[in-house]
Amino acid sequence: MRVINATQITDTIRQMCIDACCDMPENVYIALKKAKDSERSPFGKEILTQLISNIEISREKQMPACQDTGMAVIFADVGQDVHIEGDLFGAIEEGVRRGYKDGYLRASTTDPLSRKNPGDNTPPIVHYNIVPGDKLTLHMAPKGFGSENMSALKMLTPSSGLEGVKAFIIDTVKNAGANPCPPIVLGIGIGGTMEKAALIAKRQLLREIGEVNPDPELAALENELLEKINNLGIGPGGLGGDTTALAVFIDTYPTHIAGLPVAVNMQCHAARHKSAII
Amino acid sequence: MAIINITAPATREQLANINIGDTVLLSGTIYTARDAAHKRLMSMIASGDPLPINIKNACIYYTGPCPEKPGDIIGSCGPTTSSRMDSYAPTLMDLGQTIMVGKGLRSKDVIDAMVRNGAVYLAATGGAGALLASCVKAKRTVAFPELLSEAIYELEIANMPLICAIDSRGTSLYEEGIKTYKK
Ligand code: SF4
Repeated sequence: MRVINATQITDTIRQMCIDACCDMPENVYIALKKAKDSERSPFGKEILTQLISNIEISREKQMPACQDTGMAVIFADVGQDVHIEGDLFGAIEEGVRRGYKDGYLRASTTDPLSRKNPGDNTPPIVHYNIVPGDKLTLHMAPKGFGSENMSALKMLTPSSGLEGVKAFIIDTVKNAGANPCPPIVLGIGIGGTMEKAALIAKRQLLREIGEVNPDPELAALENELLEKINNLGIGPGGLGGDTTALAVFIDTYPTHIAGLPVAVNMQCHAARHKSAII
Repeated sequence: MAIINITAPATREQLANINIGDTVLLSGTIYTARDAAHKRLMSMIASGDPLPINIKNACIYYTGPCPEKPGDIIGSCGPTTSSRMDSYAPTLMDLGQTIMVGKGLRSKDVIDAMVRNGAVYLAATGGAGALLASCVKAKRTVAFPELLSEAIYELEIANMPLICAIDSRGTSLYEEGIKTYKK
């Protein structure tokens, strides 16, 4: 048993919150630059230019690239040979509290009914996985709700088939229009149960833009959907253009003989995430 | 696709020549307000209380900024999704508001109210919060500080780069733009 102290987890999460919001991933920066070169719409080009310089300003001034610094979503992959000294959830929550305060990040987490905002962006959303090994792997992905609100899940039935899956995904993007701050990234989960499909979709958003799906069939499906989505004409900011999505990420899981769940997690170009291994 | 300089507050006459697709460089004095602040304004109107802002010819920017670092004027402050303000916006336009700044589509009721009042809807780039913060020259809390980022702030801004998404005739760039690039 390897022992990890809760305070180390708190410190790590604190830093990850700040870094995720103030240092946009290089793969997003490169993807926006590439898109700008090929975008035909003058508005689209202008918006992509603004987004590129926005990332530069944010990095230089160490300020959040987007004011919606999201709900704090954390994937904790806990090695089964790790012993955590202290309260794991408490340690993560404290890291989020400190990171959002010390990084001058916006507190957006609120009670769903009273709408009372505790002002420290807690509690976080934590997804635990027990994995082999003696390491703790943390992924921190702040999730803004302009895009989260446009996400969708549908319990299709087997007769819908792959065509039904594609149609649902395209429709979801079409209905979202300008709201999720295109260019977007899509995380898609196909199969499992209702919650499994949603979790797969969320986790797919941790992938890097440009990374090819190891499953050739899914890789082909990702490319096909990316092309179809970019043909919709929604464009940067939804003002019309060629760049509606930067990437489509898909994974599947076996499902029931009666079912075909599909979850589409919508992510804006602020596709922020940081990882750490303790 | 002209480049037009506008200073807020602005009258409907000053906004009449703006067309969809025009770049508007917005300067002057504007207010921030999003979901919670709008809700409070509506209940003040319903109970006949005076508003904490001067709504006549006002510009409201739908944003909830990040807290500023010591020495900074404002934190990151990009636009939030405007459609969540659709049920409130017509009331405010009928009271005199002439400019809305945000991102995303608006409802038919909002567009009707825009035409009725000669108002414009200007799109700020969603997610460009750090860039937009650099246009803010001063910030003052006007109302509801307990709402944190959702409070109403008065901002002095200079040359905020916006695109007219819906003009005072009700024409929408969201529709026209997508038609042009749809394959
Ligand atoms: S959808 Fe994304 S880019 Fe747009 S405001 Fe929300 S977090 Fe920022």
